[in-house]
Amino acid sequence: MSDASVAAQIAAKWRKKRGSLIMALHELQDIKGYVPWNDALELAQAMNIPLARIYEVLTFYNFFKLDAPGKAVISVCTGTACYLKGNDKTLEEFKKQLGISEGESTPDRMFHLQCVRCVGCCGLAPVCVVNGKTYGRVTTGDVSNIIAEWRKKFEEEE
Amino acid sequence: MVKLKIDNQEVEVPAGTSVLDAARSVQIEIPTLCNHPDVNPSAGCGMCIVKINGRIMRSCCTPVAENMEVITTDAELFETRRMVLKLILSNHPNSCLSCVRSGACELQEMANTFNIVDAPLPNLTKRYDIDDSTKAVVLDNSKCILCGRCVEVCQNQQNIWALSFLNRGLATRIMPANGINLADSPCIKCGQCSAHCPTGAIVEYDDTAKVWEMLRNPDLYTVVQIAPAVRVAIGEEFGFEFGKNLTGKTYAALRRMGFDKVFDTNFGADLTIIEEATEFVRRFTKAPESLPMFTSCCPAWVDMLEKFNADMIPNFSTCKSPHEMVGAMAKTYFADKAGIDPAKIRVVSVMPCTAKKWEISRSEDMKSSGYQDVDVSITTRELAKMIKQAGIDFRNIADEQADNPLGEYSGAATIFGATGGVMTAALRTAYFYITGQELAKPEFKDIEGLEGVKETKVTIDGAEVRIAVAHGVGNVEKILDCIREAKEKGEELPYHFVEVMACRGGCVAGGGQPRVIGGEYAKPYGITDKIRELRARGLFDEDENAANRLSHHNKEIQTLYEEYIGEPNGEKAHHLLHTHYTPRPMYKGEED
Repeated sequence: MSDASVAAQIAAKWRKKRGSLIMALHELQDIKGYVPWNDALELAQAMNIPLARIYEVLTFYNFFKLDAPGKAVISVCTGTACYLKGNDKTLEEFKKQLGISEGESTPDRMFHLQCVRCVGCCGLAPVCVVNGKTYGRVTTGDVSNIIAEWRKKFEEEE
Repeated sequence: MVKLKIDNQEVEVPAGTSVLDAARSVQIEIPTLCNHPDVNPSAGCGMCIVKINGRIMRSCCTPVAENMEVITTDAELFETRRMVLKLILSNHPNSCLSCVRSGACELQEMANTFNIVDAPLPNLTKRYDIDDSTKAVVLDNSKCILCGRCVEVCQNQQNIWALSFLNRGLATRIMPANGINLADSPCIKCGQCSAHCPTGAIVEYDDTAKVWEMLRNPDLYTVVQIAPAVRVAIGEEFGFEFGKNLTGKTYAALRRMGFDKVFDTNFGADLTIIEEATEFVRRFTKAPESLPMFTSCCPAWVDMLEKFNADMIPNFSTCKSPHEMVGAMAKTYFADKAGIDPAKIRVVSVMPCTAKKWEISRSEDMKSSGYQDVDVSITTRELAKMIKQAGIDFRNIADEQADNPLGEYSGAATIFGATGGVMTAALRTAYFYITGQELAKPEFKDIEGLEGVKETKVTIDGAEVRIAVAHGVGNVEKILDCIREAKEKGEELPYHFVEVMACRGGCVAGGGQPRVIGGEYAKPYGITDKIRELRARGLFDEDENAANRLSHHNKEIQTLYEEYIGEPNGEKAHHLLHTHYTPRPMYKGEED
């Protein structure tokens, strides 16, 4: 399936249904991992929705990503329990070591850093999740190990 | 009708009226920074709170109800409004002294009214990059109070969708999609955003320094021209009533500023009519397949055509806009006649418009004289500022005349500044070209006024000419769709000749027109239909009282054709007075 046809197919599915822009954007992000500019533009034309409106929606909801995410998505839980147990410091350590802010990806597209509000295992607080793998009772000292573990994994895959 | 009580006064207004408008009907002015009659209420600013049956609510978006009891001001409301205003100001730079909107800023006026002098909140203003990419309008998000008027106007009145709300909460900004520059967006530079902005967040691109530099350079020969709509609006900046025609004072002021020649875009309007009427008559009588024909004087409309409606390019009049024609004539015909090296001539246009700043370098056709035909385009607002800088007592200066050969004009030219005017002027001359006779009644009342789309039919030599006039480009789509449908089905065209002006009301309400605080129609501030009507009246009155109301009887125009251009639509005319159109993407880089 070429890039062009993803947006076209999604548009064909949703264009007749009122108020379906969010669904179409969800689907696009599910497939692509984020919403690329060219796909948004194509979707705008195919669904006859102004591009400005599409970006109003994309930038209003935190869920949507405008840039390609990193291969390893690091979710630092900043829910109440994790936050009180010191995950704010873990977050700062990730930012420092990766050189990026929350919601950003490293230039090599290997890591994406984001915050989540509670992953449902407060007993392990503070918690981080990387691509589905959960790390409990995380300390700032664990940060470099987590990064190294995933970097090694990706390098081996290549 | 709904009956309610506002501050213990009995009020009766139509159902659906907002509490704010109902209060206005009995001379109660509820403060607001976002409400404007041109846009849907957004409940953005929070200043218009009132007590309705004891509860505090926003009056702009609350419709009246039977037996409602409204209190518009008391101690609690006053203090709450002050706090709302302080919160707005805590996110707005304290840069009034160096802001172009100072003195004509609704936020500044409101801060003065509410006496915000004590205990301001800490200032959290974020600095954003200023977007001056269009060189026509300048967007500074640091000064934006998120009232939403510009977004409403851009999206709903103009249907351009260049501006939008990006992000949310404290991070919200007014920008094109994905935060790109306005120049790379669908923006048509009409400037209606700046005409409606209550602060200095969106203003015209300032070219006044460039003009002073030219005027002070002894090696240059500077000529200036004023657009039709300028003369009926500039007075507002000097305390004259709305719509007062001040052509003579404006000429005098320009001469005092140091321009070597004071010409008039109205001369160009007459010239446009000769070319455009000739073009229409040719299409109508000899090439009906090239109908309908659209007017092309409005650069924002031209921009919209190239970006949004390129399929209509063959239907666009190839005539340049009047000030571009004057620019071309100044650097060729006038330069020849006066024996001046055109390389030394600088042409300054004073326009009611921000898009004209873009138009002067739109394409290579804008250099038909071998030089850029118009060097700088400033708005009415910028001219007013320059007159003040020059220390000219505009109120008392004596009227003067324009210079020839590019200064004489007919009544037909001056109405170019109001919706329906270009069409009226063109029909007068087209009628004469087809029949050899003058119209018995040179007015078309059906196409005057502020209805979004206006239609009329004129019978010329037994043939019916169907006319449409649209203003506020959001209205043009209906016309275009009718035309496309008829063409597709091979049916008879709904219209033969269509006038489009990007701004509601035409150029009189352009993006570069004065926006004064105070005056006889003080509120709501900025541009309103009442002001549009008064300015248009100023132009139509001049036409009605003009000795000559027909472009083809302008003596200087006749001389120009005899001495220089030859035939209308001829080879020389095409080179100097006409242009070409090219499809362009709505978003830069779209074709990638």
